[in-house]
Amino acid sequence: MGNGTSIGRVRGLGSSHHGAHHWLATRLTAVGNLVLIPYLLVSLALLPGYDYQAVHSWLAQPVPATALVLIFINTFYHARLGVQVMLEDYVHEDAGKIAAWLFVNIVPFAGAAFGIVSVIRIALGGA
Amino acid sequence: MAQASSNRPISPHLQIWRWGPAMLVSILHRVTGNGLTFAGLGLLLWWVGAIAGGEQSYQTFIAYVWTGTASPLSGLTSILGKVVLIGLTWAFFQHLATGVRHLVLDVGAGYELHTNARWSVLTMVFSVLATALFWAFVLLPR
Repeated sequence: MGNGTSIGRVRGLGSSHHGAHHWLATRLTAVGNLVLIPYLLVSLALLPGYDYQAVHSWLAQPVPATALVLIFINTFYHARLGVQVMLEDYVHEDAGKIAAWLFVNIVPFAGAAFGIVSVIRIALGGA
Repeated sequence: MAQASSNRPISPHLQIWRWGPAMLVSILHRVTGNGLTFAGLGLLLWWVGAIAGGEQSYQTFIAYVWTGTASPLSGLTSILGKVVLIGLTWAFFQHLATGVRHLVLDVGAGYELHTNARWSVLTMVFSVLATALFWAFVLLPR
């Protein structure tokens, strides 16, 4: 960040051509959630029981397993975008910004990876 | 924002404005979104990881989140678990309704004051009704 010309003072402070993509990706993943999460809620509500056998055999089927994997991609990405905006609004110090940047770029991917590996294990046997 | 600490005027914050439905659902959208992220996706990961871990780990999950039969501690956390699960379904339906409201606002519709206020209130009516219906369906004998 420079302190000379007026353009030098604002460079690097804004979305610098990434804002439109962030905005659009939020909407795109929102529409995905509009399908995926009601599917999950309705499926859970319709389960015959909530013991291990009932839940495991439901999730081992191809369509529920696919839906869960899509949730771990789509919903986690949507959540990452939203949390990023929240942190941008409330975290103003440089050290906090770096911590926030590390957080939103690492934790969602770690969580999603764990979820996807778990679904694959359930769907393809093991356990 | 190193330069913001000068004597330039700052924008007024929450305590300045008179509360209205649009302001309330805007705040609720952010609160429910972040609540769903940290509590909801966290629980979802625990749930799916517990199922992948086998019958025993799934029993532990169910005991700590719902039945409370594993230990005195799980008796306490299962009360919290029910509050969180019901709260999360409400948060989801509220975030869904205000999210659709945002999609409508994005195309330039619904900015007239009375229209805006009416749809803001309706998002909250929807979320409470949908939560009650969902849990009635799950918990009541069929």
